Amino acid sequence: MVKPFLALFFVLSFLGMAFNVGAEEQSFEELVAELPDTNFKTLPALLDKFAEQDDPRTAILLTNLLGGDVYYHPRSQQVITMTKVQGERQFIDVLTSEVIAEPSGVRLRKVRVNNSVRSHIRQLQAQQNISDSNPDVRLKAVKNLLSDVDQISPQLLANRLQKEQDSDIHALLSAIAALHELDSGDESKQLDAINTLRGNLQPDVRIALMQLQQRDALPETVRDALNSTLAGIETQRKWYGWAENIFFGVSMGSVLLLAAIGLAITFGVMGVINMAHGEMIMLGAYTTYVIQQAFPGLIEYSLLMAVPAAFLVSGFVGIVIERSVIQFLKGRPLETLLATFGISLILQQLVRTVFSPLNRQVAAPEWMSGSLQINPVFSVTYNRLYIILFSLTVFFALMIFLKKSSLGLHVRAVAQNRDMARALSVKSNWVDAATFGLGSGIAGVAGVVLSQLTNVGPNLGQSYIIDSFLVVVFGGVASLWGTLVSAMTLGIVNKFLEPVTGPVLATIIVLVGLVFFIQKRPMGLFPQKGRAE
Amino acid sequence: MRPAMMTPEQTGPDTRHGMILYMENVSVSFDGFKALNDLNLYIKEGELRCLIGANGAGKTTLMDVITGKTRPDTGTVSYGQQFNLLQHNEEQISRLGIGRKFQKPTVFEALSVKDNLYLSLKMDKGIWTSLWHNLSGEQKDDIDRILHTIGLTEHRDRPASVLSHGQKQWLEIGMLLAAKPKLLLVDEPVAGMTVSEAERTAELLTSLAGEHSVVVVEHDMGFVRSIARTVTVLHQGSVLAEGTMDAIQSDPEVKKVYLGEEGNA
Amino acid sequence: MLAKLMRLSSVQRVVSILAIVGIYVILANTLFPEGSFFHVSSYSVNLLGKYLCYALLALALDLVWGYCGILSLGHGAFFALGGYAMGMYLMRQIGDRGVYGNPELPDFMVFLNWDSLPWFWQGSDSFVWMIAMVVLAPGLLAYVFGAMAFRSRVSGVYLSIMTQAMTYALMLAFFRNEMGFGGNNGMTDFKDILGFSLQSDTTRLVLFGLTVVILAAAYYLCDRIVTCKAGKIITAIRDSESRVRFVGYNSASYKVFLFTFSAVLAGIAGALYVPQVGIINPGEFSPINSIEIVIWVAIGGRGTLYGAIIGAVVVSFAKTRLTGIMPEAWLFALGGLFVLVTLLLPKGLVGLFDKRFPAKKNTTAQENAA
Repeated sequence: MVKPFLALFFVLSFLGMAFNVGAEEQSFEELVAELPDTNFKTLPALLDKFAEQDDPRTAILLTNLLGGDVYYHPRSQQVITMTKVQGERQFIDVLTSEVIAEPSGVRLRKVRVNNSVRSHIRQLQAQQNISDSNPDVRLKAVKNLLSDVDQISPQLLANRLQKEQDSDIHALLSAIAALHELDSGDESKQLDAINTLRGNLQPDVRIALMQLQQRDALPETVRDALNSTLAGIETQRKWYGWAENIFFGVSMGSVLLLAAIGLAITFGVMGVINMAHGEMIMLGAYTTYVIQQAFPGLIEYSLLMAVPAAFLVSGFVGIVIERSVIQFLKGRPLETLLATFGISLILQQLVRTVFSPLNRQVAAPEWMSGSLQINPVFSVTYNRLYIILFSLTVFFALMIFLKKSSLGLHVRAVAQNRDMARALSVKSNWVDAATFGLGSGIAGVAGVVLSQLTNVGPNLGQSYIIDSFLVVVFGGVASLWGTLVSAMTLGIVNKFLEPVTGPVLATIIVLVGLVFFIQKRPMGLFPQKGRAE
Repeated sequence: MRPAMMTPEQTGPDTRHGMILYMENVSVSFDGFKALNDLNLYIKEGELRCLIGANGAGKTTLMDVITGKTRPDTGTVSYGQQFNLLQHNEEQISRLGIGRKFQKPTVFEALSVKDNLYLSLKMDKGIWTSLWHNLSGEQKDDIDRILHTIGLTEHRDRPASVLSHGQKQWLEIGMLLAAKPKLLLVDEPVAGMTVSEAERTAELLTSLAGEHSVVVVEHDMGFVRSIARTVTVLHQGSVLAEGTMDAIQSDPEVKKVYLGEEGNA
Repeated sequence: MLAKLMRLSSVQRVVSILAIVGIYVILANTLFPEGSFFHVSSYSVNLLGKYLCYALLALALDLVWGYCGILSLGHGAFFALGGYAMGMYLMRQIGDRGVYGNPELPDFMVFLNWDSLPWFWQGSDSFVWMIAMVVLAPGLLAYVFGAMAFRSRVSGVYLSIMTQAMTYALMLAFFRNEMGFGGNNGMTDFKDILGFSLQSDTTRLVLFGLTVVILAAAYYLCDRIVTCKAGKIITAIRDSESRVRFVGYNSASYKVFLFTFSAVLAGIAGALYVPQVGIINPGEFSPINSIEIVIWVAIGGRGTLYGAIIGAVVVSFAKTRLTGIMPEAWLFALGGLFVLVTLLLPKGLVGLFDKRFPAKKNTTAQENAA
């Protein structure tokens, strides 16, 4: 029983010795007492001693020193900070951290700092932060250190490496340590360091490696390792660049999908080109705006309320349009196109008259902002991520709805053979109205999504109508799957072209490409096969 | 503007072997449904051939393939010995001398009866010719003769849209005549005609054979019997039997799948 | 005289009416003193000239839409291209009288720090070259676009959307400064044409007269086209394109020809328009402009050439009036017109009149249009 205790005691005391190497440590109080007697030359050394302490007051003292707010009483040598809080001067005793009355009848002396002291303080702060108890603060501090690794001494670094529990921060710290080693000039150390840094995507690591590559005098082995590591990093960066483009493309494709899918339904099922489709999207976006105005306290939930509301508003307007105009123009596609264009003009002007021609601001809820950092070169924003998920959800919900529901069955029956469906007593008029309402309602939902991405204005719909048509035409009119594939393809192609050609040229290239595509496959990607023309 | 070389339209099909149309191993499918299934069909020059078969046997698809409207999945179709029809589109095939009358009469409704025939005349069909073209005396005579043949002389200046169904059928036959094709494909020519009109149609088609090759698709067995020399029976996209009307009617296979079904229906 | 007019063929009617209007306006503007009841102000001459440019544009669209069923939602692009060709010439005529006084470069290029003319501006100071470009630029675009679209048998609403996409893409392109056509602001502040000041009443009167003559000539040409054999084929294509192919016509080549010819007319309209209004900018490419052309033709009556002219003049006049009184209402009115005409007046205004005064020679062919 005794032996293990002895062993433990021995180990503990050894550890204790290790931590106290070379330090006849002074207490925080003692160090503060030395402050009034310092000058520019001695202050940094004193501050270093502060930094070796794990006293929470140190951080505050350093911040105040940096701001030039630390004073001492010329007679009592009491060290005091003087800050302005809401225009009032506030005095705090550094040792007790308590507010004290303004010392009367005496002029406080300032603990003076110059630029070199200030930069020393900043280094110390960075080092302080890397030992902060909050891992987020540590992570931020360590990342800052990456850009200038000389801010931290190798000893301190080794110290932190030993203590650090968080694996992410630990990895960053070892990267910093490796960066230190890079400059050591010792071949084996350099090789080790390079191997440690293999696959590291931090931009600063890459820059440091590239700087090393520039140097003339490098051992052959080091240069080889360096080259292969850098090549590996470059390849990875390229892959992640592609991944980012694809992500952006898919998110753009999701928006296109939402905007186009309603059109695919009205066009595919009813053969109706609805030029007012864009305005259905616009109405959805304005519905979001109105809801946020009506419930200013519920911004977090506004989108959840807006989705059904926009569906109903746009769907209702769609049904009104179908009943009042489109049903009278059956079988005359060009006339339908013109009449619905007229409706789109009226709706645009209506919105201009009611809401003013200026763009309206739609707020983004908290949960939509921010981004998910996957690695240093690849992050995805939450709003785009949610939009992708949302639009796929809508898509599959619609697929299931059309497959399973009785309206869906009727819709598909009418789409395939209107006369036969009517003969089987499907009320095709009712189906048309419901279909048009459904397509318009989904456009309204698309408007809710768009309100999170672009300005909400009277012209919102117009900028999406041509794109939506292209998606539907490209995908093949009657196929929802085609719409999905074509929206994603167009989105991704656009995102890959944009950085090369600029957005305008990208649009033009996509247009011309589509013209060629239609030449080869006039019925789109997923044509409906049949004997009839 | 005109190329110096002989255009295919001018040379005509090479029928030295006596055949004007060869269809070999032709298959067409729509979404898994085999409209034509490894079909073989040969039409002799100057022959009058009747095609019969139940609905869905592939008659109309067969015509679509010959006239370039539908591309077969496999097989070869050649016109004379030298023209591979699969390499030509509808208008080129028409200019090669293959004319078609549709099941549903399709005439140019907005144009007058005379203009319908005018557009169908065998002549250069390029845009430049059309812009400057005036009818020659000979062409006027042609049109008048055809108008007389199809009995629409007094309707010559009326728009085709006002004609009766039977008159539209005749006008479409007239348009075929104006084009002077080597091979005529006629889809249900007597649908919607009175008995006497049908008789005149039968006469006309019979008189055309010899100078032209004629393929007729028809449901009306009486009509088929009145004109047919050789009958081809299609069943499920391929040729079931071929021969004279009598031979066909006594063929047990045919009786079973086609005539038998009709008899029961 | 009116009774005599009624007995003429539609071409003779339209050409005579145009001649009468043209001569009357010119005489009334020059002979009668200002303030006289018969006087036509220079402002009105200018306005009428503008309307007649629109009429030519409407004629061009009616040719493809009314007679061949090609509903182009991008004809404004051809109009704008013709206008830009003219604008480039007028820009070069300014010479060193621009703000920056550069004898060679237009102001906007000086502003962009360009030191020489881009290649596509070479020759733009020649009147003959300008005329060639007015015809070639829209003609070539229409030919290439038409050849691609019609060969691949794109038709109906697909084609309409593609034409709209075309003009939309051009608008985006012309808005860019780097395109070298004045970007956002386009081209304006023109001084003179062939040495005659564009500000003078005489020049404006001549431009007006020229517009009348060209419109009449274009009308005659269009009438010839739609009544000749090719015109019959074109009408047949509108009603049943596949049947036309089975008769042996390459329908695509007819459509390409008509589309290109129509685009050239639209380009000429644009070239006549620019010196009369004094500005050309990328807004002319915007899809809404092309849509307005469609409404002119629809209201006037498609499938009749004179219907297009009537529609363009009547609707433009209404627009001038309405935007003068209450600018907000114009889009409501335009939208309402679209709905009303398609629902209630498929043959347009001409459909109302035609029953009363049938023309001697029947060139109307509006059944089954579109």
